[in-house]
Amino acid sequence: MEATLFYILATMLVVFAILTVTAANPVRSAVFLISALLSMAGFFFLLEAEFVGAVQILVYVGGIMVLFLFVIMLVSVREVEGQRRANRQWKTALVLGIVLSFELVFFVVQGAEVFSADTIDQQFLNLDSQTGNTETVGGLLYSTYLLPFEIASVLLLVAMIAAVVLTQKRL
Amino acid sequence: MVDVTHYLVLSTIVFSIGVVGVLTRRNVIIILMSIELMLNSVNLNLVAFSDRLQDPSGQVFAVFVITVAAAEAAVGLGIIIALFRNKETVNVDEIDLMRG
Repeated sequence: MEATLFYILATMLVVFAILTVTAANPVRSAVFLISALLSMAGFFFLLEAEFVGAVQILVYVGGIMVLFLFVIMLVSVREVEGQRRANRQWKTALVLGIVLSFELVFFVVQGAEVFSADTIDQQFLNLDSQTGNTETVGGLLYSTYLLPFEIASVLLLVAMIAAVVLTQKRL
Repeated sequence: MVDVTHYLVLSTIVFSIGVVGVLTRRNVIIILMSIELMLNSVNLNLVAFSDRLQDPSGQVFAVFVITVAAAEAAVGLGIIIALFRNKETVNVDEIDLMRG
């Protein structure tokens, strides 16, 4: 059951990711990216990380991608269809990307036994199964990771001010 | 039970697709979307190991990565709008202000 879901979602994710990168029209590219992000949220639900999956759908699909679509509407509506979509270095880049992919897959497969079930130290297995996922993540966020959480809020404030300043009429 | 290696290989493939997108496309908006794809593949790694080690810290870091991605998208899209207002293009190979 889990394996079947994994392979269905993996196929969807890879296909939508390739379509995102190759689509001629930026609007289509954004819609394919939304589909890819939704498949990714499916993986998070499959991995019992319900909170991250919900945040993925709310923040990524509901926030960031709508922002992308707005900017595409503002910026590049006219005659994107006829233009070249790849730059001059695309052949070299494609070869390098495939080489990078094989390299990373090779090292992951080489190190596969490190991640297998019996080699992982049992002291890591400290998840309290009494509480729900959101409660566990929230508890960690407000205790162990309180300082990073505050820094993230400052980062969001800085990004907000930067976006307002950058889009002013006279820059 | 799907092995964690499957998730690692999958996120590697998605990351490489993102890298190819950044390196080959001319439209700067699609380049930004490829970067989002790469950030998301890292999230898949974090959550997969969080499930494997039964340690929710990985999920907390995935939430932080999503936060940084949101900030990055806001600033990047602001830069794109400012650039389009000044140069009337979104193609990266036509933006050569720094070329000597």
